Amino acid sequence: MTMQATDIATYNFAYLDEQTKRMIRRAILKGIAIPGYQVPFASREMPMPYGWGTGGVQVTASIIGPGDVLKVIDQGADDTTNAVSIRAFFKKVADVAVTTETAKATIIQTRHRIPEHPLTAGQTLVYQVPIPEPLRFLEPRETETRKMHALEEYGLMHVKLYEDIARHGRIATTYAYPVKVEGRYVMDPSPTPKFDNPKMHMSPALQLFGAGREKRIYAVPPFTEVVSLDFEDHPFEVQSFDQPCALCGAHQVYLDEVILDDHGGHMFVCSDTDHCEKRREEGHAGHLAGDAFAALQHNVPGDSGKKE
Amino acid sequence: MYVAVKGGEAAIQNAHRLLADRRRGDRGVPALRLDQIVEQLALGVDRVMAEGSLYDRELAALAIVQSRGDLIEAIFLVRAYRTTLPRFGYTRPVDTAAMQVERRVSATYKDLPGGQLLGPTFDYTHRLLDPELANGGEAEEPAQRDAQPERMSRVSEILAQEGLIEADGELPDDHVTGDITREPLEFPMERDIRLQALSRGDEGFLLALGYSTQRGYGRSHPFVGEVRIGEVELELDVPELPFAVPLGRIRVTECQMVNQFKGSAKAPPQFTRGYGLVFGQSERKAMAMSLCDRALRAREMGEDITAAAQDEEFVISHSDNVQATGFVEHLKLPHYVDFQAELDLVRRMRAEHDAREDAGVAETREAAE
Amino acid sequence: MVEAETIDGGFANPVFDAQSVFRAVMDAMARPGTVQPVAMLARPPAPLSPVAAAVALTLCDNDTPLWLDPSLQASPAAKSWLGFHTGAPLAGTPSDAHFALVSKPAELIALENFAQGTQEYPDRSTTLILQLDSLASGADLLLEGPGIEKMAMAAPTPLPRHFVEQWKQNRSRFPRGVDVILAAPEGVACLPRTTRIKTMEA
Repeated sequence: MTMQATDIATYNFAYLDEQTKRMIRRAILKGIAIPGYQVPFASREMPMPYGWGTGGVQVTASIIGPGDVLKVIDQGADDTTNAVSIRAFFKKVADVAVTTETAKATIIQTRHRIPEHPLTAGQTLVYQVPIPEPLRFLEPRETETRKMHALEEYGLMHVKLYEDIARHGRIATTYAYPVKVEGRYVMDPSPTPKFDNPKMHMSPALQLFGAGREKRIYAVPPFTEVVSLDFEDHPFEVQSFDQPCALCGAHQVYLDEVILDDHGGHMFVCSDTDHCEKRREEGHAGHLAGDAFAALQHNVPGDSGKKE
Repeated sequence: MYVAVKGGEAAIQNAHRLLADRRRGDRGVPALRLDQIVEQLALGVDRVMAEGSLYDRELAALAIVQSRGDLIEAIFLVRAYRTTLPRFGYTRPVDTAAMQVERRVSATYKDLPGGQLLGPTFDYTHRLLDPELANGGEAEEPAQRDAQPERMSRVSEILAQEGLIEADGELPDDHVTGDITREPLEFPMERDIRLQALSRGDEGFLLALGYSTQRGYGRSHPFVGEVRIGEVELELDVPELPFAVPLGRIRVTECQMVNQFKGSAKAPPQFTRGYGLVFGQSERKAMAMSLCDRALRAREMGEDITAAAQDEEFVISHSDNVQATGFVEHLKLPHYVDFQAELDLVRRMRAEHDAREDAGVAETREAAE
Repeated sequence: MVEAETIDGGFANPVFDAQSVFRAVMDAMARPGTVQPVAMLARPPAPLSPVAAAVALTLCDNDTPLWLDPSLQASPAAKSWLGFHTGAPLAGTPSDAHFALVSKPAELIALENFAQGTQEYPDRSTTLILQLDSLASGADLLLEGPGIEKMAMAAPTPLPRHFVEQWKQNRSRFPRGVDVILAAPEGVACLPRTTRIKTMEA
């Protein structure tokens, strides 16, 4: 990721050359015009590995400008290593303002979560997508899945979900739960937990999806119908947690389980770190708010990277 | 997570510092110079140029030293640089018959016009470690041959005189050669696109697939018509000029595989071809590529597609090592949000399962009583 | 010979100008009916309008065949300006065009002549850039569809003949169909193929 100019290798402003940005911008416009349809684009190699957000980074690099404020999250957190790395990349190549506050960001690049704080008109949520094709694990061939989308032939997906019900008594898909956009295209919401699916429906924000390795861009415009697939007798439902966040006491948010010791001790805390911090600043407290930090700091070495 | 997180930025910086230290190694040992890598690790440089799709020895050497000798990482560095370069135009097709040949061998003819030239090959060396090299090892000046005639015709041309080999493939008049670095892949694809993908494909992956065709998974009865290594001229058409502008020479390896073909509803019995062309010197890659190319022509030839090497979507979708390494290695990124969702599901299902078991046990007991 | 008129009038800051125009178009496409202001960043020769020209500079290049309506086609100055600044090849027929630049929308050929995309690749369609006099002084159109919370209003003029009827047909081809960028002095508005139009009378 060294961007310094040297005699033998130099990089363009904002990393991508203008021709690449134009190509990606055209794909974004098509994506917005055909909600949920995966637009093929000539994805470029980026200075971070495929699978680490190259699609999202290309989308963000193509839309970002000097007036933007960027927030980058991974697993809901601003400080996870990959989020830190991508934020640093844009600070370096685009000299853009960054924030951790959802409400202050104009562009939010995300991996695996939608922020808890409701998004507003004018914000753009950019998802990093590993496998954009919702039918891929049912049919590995692009030639076949493309036909299915063309013919709106989604029976296979319903069969798969129904098999789940027959075998497990419920739909056993917990993340990357397929949705239907504006009554036409079945779309992969990226591996967000299905808890976040309802936030995509009629959101005032523009949602853009970039899959770099698979070379696809797709979009959900603001105020667009996004419906999670389900059955009349087995309606879509999101997971609920039995307890609130141990630090801020929030209900109806997505929680991460934090292991406290070797004897099964654990607590549940907000996955959205910004949301949790904001609530604590406002005076909300969970049942472990006092001791939690001490406990965590004691048990988890702060400088050894992560084990999640 | 909260905690690990707090040190995130500093941890990354420290990790990079440590990486830089490990890359440099013992400061008492002189640092490698790029010219040393270019001159003495030339085949590693060639592989990075070929799979990085950028013909620049110095940059490839820089990438190798920066990546601590991890060639896939070096290929990645080169690709990520190349993709930012502006596109000035497309050269004319290279004429490999006009190659300044350094090595050229044919397995199908004992002798042929232009002769067999062994060139700088490991073939016939005894693979005995040479302790002399541990101390530098001096090398004699190589023997020189007379200047080469202007053209050295290819074996395919020789076979073509008898009409025994298929002609060069035909493409529609309005066919514009594709560019996999500028257009997303689309399946099924034309051979031009496929060859581009194979040419930058991972050497190990193509080697294994080519090998699988020899062991019966898509057998193609291959003979090495010829392998040649040498320098070819690049020329660019410039709209304002009446002649093509020479850009310089690049070193390439070309393999023409000749395959027996019994004929089908679509074509008479004849020899068919598999083609390989890569930057630099790499016979292994060029030969593996030509085996894969021929296997992937199964659809065009009306052959049954039964093996992995014949499956275009399978081969081309997985041949790029930069994509493959990224996605495999991304599994070490945090996935705890999704894992939490799965934990929750497994716990619930487990609880239901246990409840059913308990109910079952209770029922059995009641029945027994 | 290359005339000064051909060379002048492009973006002064290609990177940032293109980014700001793109964001206006993207927001307009995401929120059909809204007018997104575009600064006077391009100074093209007539009959090209500055806003339409800025959109063309932002989106077109040598990968995008461009179709020009007869009035632009008849203007050597406009053609060479576009050629010099975008490098876009001219599309021989409207069905080959990635973009169509239209200076006289009222005289435009039917939308169905342009590339509609295929069922497999609905993105392979023409995006039309229409140069309008105004986005607010035409007949009121009610808009519904993705990007619009309940209902939006637009009053672009002049529009192609029988536009509302043509647009209904365009909508019925979904996911195939064309998208339209309306470029007027006050900025851009967009009609993606998903937008449904009702006239006030209807």
